Amino acid sequence: MKIIYILWLRQLKRYYRSKTRIVGSMGQSLLFLVAFGFGFGAIYQEASGGDYLQFLAPGIIAMGVVFTAVFSGIEIIWDKQFGFLKETLVAPVSRYKIMIGRTLGGATVATIQGFIVLLISLVVGFRLENLYLFPLALFFIIIIALLFTALGTAIASTLKDMQGFQLIMNFVLMPIVFLSGAFFPLENLPKAFNFIITINPLSYGVDGLRGTLISTSHFGLHIDFLVLSVITAFLFGLGSYLFSRIQI
Amino acid sequence: MIIEVKNLKKSFNGIVAVNDISFSVERGEIFAFLGPNGAGKTTTIKMLTTLLEPTSGDIYINGFDSKEKQDEARKSFAIVFQDSSLDDELTAYENMEFHGVLYSVSRKILKKRIEELLRFVGLWDRREEFVKNFSGGMKRRLEVARGFIHLPKILFLDEPTLGLDPQTRNHIWDYIIKLNREKKMTIFFTTHYMEEADRISDKVAIIDKGVIVALGNPSNLREKTKTSSLDEAFLALTGKDMREEEVKAIDRMRIRRKVHRR
Repeated sequence: MKIIYILWLRQLKRYYRSKTRIVGSMGQSLLFLVAFGFGFGAIYQEASGGDYLQFLAPGIIAMGVVFTAVFSGIEIIWDKQFGFLKETLVAPVSRYKIMIGRTLGGATVATIQGFIVLLISLVVGFRLENLYLFPLALFFIIIIALLFTALGTAIASTLKDMQGFQLIMNFVLMPIVFLSGAFFPLENLPKAFNFIITINPLSYGVDGLRGTLISTSHFGLHIDFLVLSVITAFLFGLGSYLFSRIQI
Repeated sequence: MIIEVKNLKKSFNGIVAVNDISFSVERGEIFAFLGPNGAGKTTTIKMLTTLLEPTSGDIYINGFDSKEKQDEARKSFAIVFQDSSLDDELTAYENMEFHGVLYSVSRKILKKRIEELLRFVGLWDRREEFVKNFSGGMKRRLEVARGFIHLPKILFLDEPTLGLDPQTRNHIWDYIIKLNREKKMTIFFTTHYMEEADRISDKVAIIDKGVIVALGNPSNLREKTKTSSLDEAFLALTGKDMREEEVKAIDRMRIRRKVHRR
């Protein structure tokens, strides 16, 4: 337990000490909210009669969580290259504990980040539809954070160095964010496109957040929860397995 | 025998890096493991410290089979790696604390021991500073200190003095020799500085192309090769050709970093 705690604590310390990273990701979320929220606002209003900022904010919160989570997982490569991973791997501790501690730490950081983005959205003009559902929204943020930290860990365990990182950014992370319905409604989409969205786990995360924050859900909250937890469990298992096989 | 290696072998995708080596190290001994670049030194040290699984062969660390009793074996040694394995974003004290928790040292003992060790390496006054602000020598000292938190029986050092100035090198060896004498700690190290190995070690093994080509105390090796220094003995045993080594990811990154700075 102590071991998981110290690994968790390390992730948190690294987070609040990297001020540039926090400011950077806050700036990114703000940019998306302002540029898209206000840029597309008028067209969206004309097309559907709704407020685009209300629709967009849960998507941007999910995006903030996903980026922070995956980066936390990917940090393993960093530790691999700068040596710190060796310190944990020669210790008389099971690799599963190390993986769990790191992943919980990364997920906590991502949850905090999601909360910060939510606050920014509120400042920009986002309004919660149903305060009673708010704890449930927090719960969805946590599960998204867990899922994508585990994904980051799994990916990082198989990569040798930062070279592959750009590839992951462009071919995994960006498609996951942009093809999740974070930016557009899921109604009346072309069939093939719709299929991609259905198999993207983040679609359910974004949908869950929308269901709890603005009370409109495409798949239904139960489905969202079910899909997310099954995939999280799977990725946790996969991540642990891949992490346990790292050889330096 | 505190370290026993029997018919140890490691190959990477068919390329043999360490080929059927056997040797043993006695308790309290200072053992130098020498060889040209790419000879298999680091691969061997990684297998001895359970970071790498051998293709075949057995390793006993402090009497524990390193495969079957991995955790017991791991508790018996500390290792100082070629490149730093500290967390730059943590303070010196936090790095020590982290290590103590990983090795389940109880909180009360841990506090006392951290202070004692940081004083020992002269870093107590800088305990609250981030490691990223430390010089190479300070980092190495901190790593040595960190290794002792769990009172290991063996200290592995992979080129502990690489890239350090002579003052720091002397300092580090003084610490290590002191530990060896006072606490009967077994020292197993690799180095490229033959004069260091000659001066400090009780026993030397020379590895080349994955095979141990010589084993004995330094004066023994000099006599055998009819040379006057360990440096010459080393060249007589391993030849004068330069070795090629695969460029590691970290080296690539260092090169890139240099390019970016321009």
